[in-house]
This record gives sequence, C-alpha cells and structure tokens, in this order.
Amino acid sequence: MLCCICKEKEATVHLTQIAGDKMQKVDLCEECAKTKGVNDPTGFSLADLLLGLGASDEIEKAAGGAEIKCARCGFTQADFKKAGRLGCPECYKTFSEPLEGLLKTMHKGVRHVGKVPESLRQTRDLSDRLKSLEKKLNKAIEEEDFEEAAILRDEIKQTKARLTTAAI
Amino acid sequence: MDIHTFLVPPAELAKRKGPHDRIVMSSRVRLARNLKEAAFPGWAKKPERVRVLDMIRPTIESLPEMKDSYSETMDSLSTLDKQILVERHLISREHAAKSAGSGLVLNRDETLCFMINEEDHLRMQALRPGLQLRQAWAAIDSADTQLEKRLEYAFNGDWGYLTACPTNIGTGIRVSAMLHLPGLVLAEQINPIIQSVNKLGLAVRGLYGEGTEALGNVFQVSNQMTLGESETAIVERLEKVLAQIIEHEENARATLLEKKPKMVYNHIGRAYGILANAHSISSKETMNLLSLMRLGVDMGLFPGVDRALVDELFIMTQPAHLQKQHTEKLSAEERDLLRADMVRERLRQVSRPIAKPLPPSGAELDKPEK
Repeated sequence: MLCCICKEKEATVHLTQIAGDKMQKVDLCEECAKTKGVNDPTGFSLADLLLGLGASDEIEKAAGGAEIKCARCGFTQADFKKAGRLGCPECYKTFSEPLEGLLKTMHKGVRHVGKVPESLRQTRDLSDRLKSLEKKLNKAIEEEDFEEAAILRDEIKQTKARLTTAAI
Repeated sequence: MDIHTFLVPPAELAKRKGPHDRIVMSSRVRLARNLKEAAFPGWAKKPERVRVLDMIRPTIESLPEMKDSYSETMDSLSTLDKQILVERHLISREHAAKSAGSGLVLNRDETLCFMINEEDHLRMQALRPGLQLRQAWAAIDSADTQLEKRLEYAFNGDWGYLTACPTNIGTGIRVSAMLHLPGLVLAEQINPIIQSVNKLGLAVRGLYGEGTEALGNVFQVSNQMTLGESETAIVERLEKVLAQIIEHEENARATLLEKKPKMVYNHIGRAYGILANAHSISSKETMNLLSLMRLGVDMGLFPGVDRALVDELFIMTQPAHLQKQHTEKLSAEERDLLRADMVRERLRQVSRPIAKPLPPSGAELDKPEK
C-alpha cells in the first residue's frame, strides 16, 4: 500500500479514527508521518490531516467526475484539495453537499448552536417558527382537525408577512 | 508609532495576577469572523485584501475599548517586530508571515488583539492572566456585538459563522488556556493526561500553538469543535477539564515531594546551577530550566523570590526580545552568550534553593472549586 500523501513510498503508519458512525483511515509512509507530527501527541491532530485528504475525496465523489466550481469566486475542488481552505463564504453553498458529510466527522453537530448576529436573529427565529407551524398544520390536516388547521393557517400567514418585512 | 514604546514592559506583564496563575499562565478566547461580500484572505487577490483591511481596521479602531490602540498594517512592521508579537502570543506565526493587505489592532494593555486578514478576515482575541475564560469570553463577545452592527458578517442559519477552514465554522470560537505542568511531566503522567483530554474532543498543543513543541512544560489546551455547541457550553466544558488538570498537577507535585523529594530537588537545584552560572545558553534550554525554577518557587524552595522574576525572564530571554535590547544584529551564538549574561545578572540576588521547603506560606494547594 502506498502512502496517501506522497503516493510514492510504502505506507507503514496506519491510523484509524472512529467518530460517531464514521470510520476514516489514513495510511502514511514514515517520512510523511513524521512531517505531519504523528509521533508527537502534543502537536498532532487527525482532524486537520483528514481535512486535506478526506475532504477532497468527498467532494470528488459528490461531483461524480464533473468539476465543481464556485460561481462567485472561481474556487474549485482541486483548489480545496491543495489548500484545505475554501475560497469565499459562497463556497459553502457550492460545496454544501460534500461538506455536510465532512462536517459530521469534524464537529459535535451539523447545526449551529450559539451566538447569532442580532440583525439575523429575528429572521432566524421567525423561520424556525414558520417551520414548526407548518409541521403542526400538516399534522392537523392529517388528523382532520380543521378548526386547529384554520388557526395555524392564519398564524403562518402572519409569520410569513413578518418574515418578509424583517428580511428588508 | 513604534511598537516597542507601545508594548507593556515585560516586568509589568509578569506581575499581572489571575486566579490559579500558579498553573494557569493565561486564558484566551478567539473568534473567527468573515465579511459576507469578500473572498477569504487565502484566496482573495491583493486589492480585495486591501479593501477588506481598509473596511475592518477603522471599525475596530472606533470601538471604545480600543481607544489609544496600536494599529498597523503588517507590511510596515519589521520581521523582528512581528517576532516579538509572536513571542508575546499576541499574533500567530501565520499572521507574522503576512504583509500587505493584513493588519493588526492591539489595545493599550494587551488584553484585546485583532488580526485582520490572517486565515479569516477577522480573528479577534481577548487575553487574561490566570484562569479567566468567562471574563475573556465576555470581553470578546461584547466587542463582536459592536462590530456586527457595522460589518456584514458571513453567517448561515445552519452552519453559523462561515470561516475559511471548515474546522472553525459555527461559533468560530477557540477557547484556550496556557498551562504550566512541570509536575505531570516529571511524574511522567503527562501523556495519559494529553490522551484523555484529546478523547474529550479538546486539543493539547505546545507553547506557540499548532504544531509546536511543549517548551518549558507549557501546554495549551483548547476546544477543537466549533459547530453544534454554544460558546458558553464550550467555555464551561473547558473550565471543568481545566479544573481537573489543575488538580492532577497539584497532586503530581505533592506526590513527587513525598515520594521522590531528592529527584525533584536535584532537578531544581541543577536548573538553578546552570541558569545562575552558564555563559552560553540556548532559548530552548533556558525555557526548560526556567520552568523548573518556577516549580521551585511554587514549592517554596526559593524563599523571598517572586514568581514574576521567573516569568519576566521567560519573556525576556526569547530570541526576538533579546535581539531588541541590542542595536547590532546578533547571531544565534551571540544571543546565547548575551542570554546567559542576562540570566546570570538577574539571578545574582537569588540564593540557591534550600534543601527542604519551608512550611507552606503562599504555597498552599491551589484547589479549584468544581
């Protein structure tokens, strides 16, 4: 087996990380393992290493052979493979599908919890509320509770109106 | 303005006190933020980076807490100035390598520092002596709240604050503490501790962050995950882990003194012997020996000596700080000679360590409440 970084020398160092339900493997030759600091427990982070390797694989897989390119900044998956960083905030939309899987292995969750800029907080709260109201409405219709459904429909209408004003 | 007339003198810096500063040297909270409309610094072309810098820099300067701050572009700082800022942990090594299109804004007492166009458009950090993670978070949270009114951040409902590297998205926060752990190192318990801290999803790094070795038995512990956990939850989780590390370090020191006192006195005595008498000494050796002297001070082996003396030398003996005290350009060998001269001079008034610690008077165990 060849080292997955230099792809030249025989891999002698094999690392496995299991995070949640995902297992990731890295095979390195001695030299690459040393430069990546695998022997030094204080300086080594498998996450950083996997980011460079695993991420580009995920992106290639999701692309199905075609090259994905950010329409705003021109950043491609090849650039990501090289840099391990994205090009611009818009790239998160461009590469959202492959990133989704990657984030799951890197972070505690896949949805942001914590501080939200005040200007967006209202919008975020309203859209959360809208989603939950719509869910309730579907349930009410299913259960043929039309009285409840009528109330919910009015609330949804109001929330949508507030959301459009908040967005402006 | 010259950065050196601005920076707090090391003697003053070393005297700053904070809770549990026997073990926790400093606390830091960093936030990563980006502007919605611009490419990340690593991908943006120079004109765009300059535009971002010109937009962010005055906004930071206008914050009330940044009154009389030091604000400069990275291309107007010399390599030596940048290195001094790195040695003070005010900027990262990555930022020190930047030039045109990147900048720095630092407040008067060096407790708030903003790096512009490092890996992200904005990396802001609050620093505090000792264990003060909550205070650091409160300070940087407030600065961020004021900035968000004037800068349009890249933020996504699902993924939070968007950052150049996906490892930082969500809160974009890194909460960290710098710990002095000579007891755990001497007792050979440091590796299992690092491993169990790693298992909790926290990172342990050396003195200067990412990929650096633990010089002087100083370790940085920080959160690694930023998405899916709130800022306060991360701060609380780190506080809990730090309380345990502090307890382990205190226990390791107590056990060493009880079970292997000769080994401990031997290490500290030799460290003092070399520091007080050497005529040439490298920065690495100095740090490792100063760490043992700091332990000796904590254990009451140097009666009347304040820890600030050791902490000041910790700052002053680093290569760039040493170079700054001399006008001519020094080679590494010359620095080693001058470093030894300085340390010998400063330790002239310090008597050699006593063979048995005095009954504790300021050396009582530092037990954090849990």
